[in-house]
Amino acid sequence: MTCEEAEVLLQALIDGELDAGHAREVEDHIAGCPRCAELAKDYRAMSRMIADKGASYTAPPELRRRIEAALPQPKAAPSRRAVLRGFALGSAVSAMAATGLIAVILRNDDDARIQSELVSAHLRSLQAGHLTDVLSTDQHTVKPWFNGRLDVAPPVLDLTAKGFTLIGGRLDYVDARPIGAVVYRRRQHVINLFVAQTSDTERHAATTSMRQGFNIRHWSDHGLNFWAVSDLGADELAEFGDKFETAMRTNKEAS
Amino acid sequence: MPGRQTLSGRAKTFAAQTGHEAMKASEEDPEKARRFREAALPYLDDAYTLARYLLRDASDAEDAVQECFLRAYKHFDSYRGPAMRPWLFAILRNVCRAEYARRAGTQTGATEDVADSAEATPLWHEAPETPEAQMLREKDSASIRRLIAALAEPFRETFVLREIQNLSYREIADVAAVPVGTVMSRLARARAMLRSAWLAEQEQVK
Repeated sequence: MTCEEAEVLLQALIDGELDAGHAREVEDHIAGCPRCAELAKDYRAMSRMIADKGASYTAPPELRRRIEAALPQPKAAPSRRAVLRGFALGSAVSAMAATGLIAVILRNDDDARIQSELVSAHLRSLQAGHLTDVLSTDQHTVKPWFNGRLDVAPPVLDLTAKGFTLIGGRLDYVDARPIGAVVYRRRQHVINLFVAQTSDTERHAATTSMRQGFNIRHWSDHGLNFWAVSDLGADELAEFGDKFETAMRTNKEAS
Repeated sequence: MPGRQTLSGRAKTFAAQTGHEAMKASEEDPEKARRFREAALPYLDDAYTLARYLLRDASDAEDAVQECFLRAYKHFDSYRGPAMRPWLFAILRNVCRAEYARRAGTQTGATEDVADSAEATPLWHEAPETPEAQMLREKDSASIRRLIAALAEPFRETFVLREIQNLSYREIADVAAVPVGTVMSRLARARAMLRSAWLAEQEQVK
């Protein structure tokens, strides 16, 4: 490998974008080339100092206000009761049919609302200082933290070896109930895994949907509902879900 | 005629439906505004940061970000991903390019340093020659910002998207509409230039 090639590939090495084979080649080159080694060291130092000292800006409050003012003002969302009342008044169909229809309408409405609340919870968590209540990469620290805070502590699995780093846990509120959030990271992407108890103990295979630009992967098993929310691509979030489910099965068999 | 009545009746219903659809899709939809607020406003600081580096002027940056969010809102109905941040950045970048064009039109002589020729020069030619054992010294936030802002385009844009906004190469390539290979070579050039400037500045201070 020439220095010129190495210098371009070096960027990808620093940024963690290089596959293992190429990473090895660049590292071999650096090991035998003081000049490229010096560049690698300095580039890493620059990255670190930029991250430490901070080079971003904060938008002036006036700008936020101007943008807010230019958007249509939100109205309060209609309550569930209002939906029911509207249906009862406006419908001429039989009571039987109406009951079935209402169930369908509310189910969809609830799903959409819960998804939207999950995304809101995910967004809130991304604001500085909100991501974790308990910050630890150790599942044996995170798991007990939930005990006593929730009726059922969510399963906390270490997936670091599988490419998803456990970074902590948090208590959140979704659907007006406390809910456990286990937080993972892949590269710069945060994954919030929300876990809630459900009376339905059957296993439901995962489905992925997109809401407000975030992918949501939902599955249920062993009386628990899982929602993984992230800005990761659907394929990588599916990988996360699969690895989590596999690890959970392995755990169950072992115990 | 009963047949004709049915037809016109159907047409009326259809008109009512499409009218309804048009109203729902209008920009005054409060539900859409709420969803947009939740999805996009958390990234206001990120967008402002990018605009500051692209335009190097606080007040132009504010205008560009406002324009970006209004355009984003307008197109929010057709937004299906990818992630929100790169999508906003791509819009912001277009707004900033329009601003470059405006500046180029009103100013005489030097304009934005969009250095296509610099990009064509092999990287090796400006290999930084540094004295042995010279260490990069710590700088404060203001000095770091100034050094980054002094980078020439398109290297500055690529560098900021990577080092400050933490976008992946794929995302940067999408935002800047260039191949991933170009992202890598621009980043190599940006880092080499920044390192030279960083070292040169501490030479002067000495």
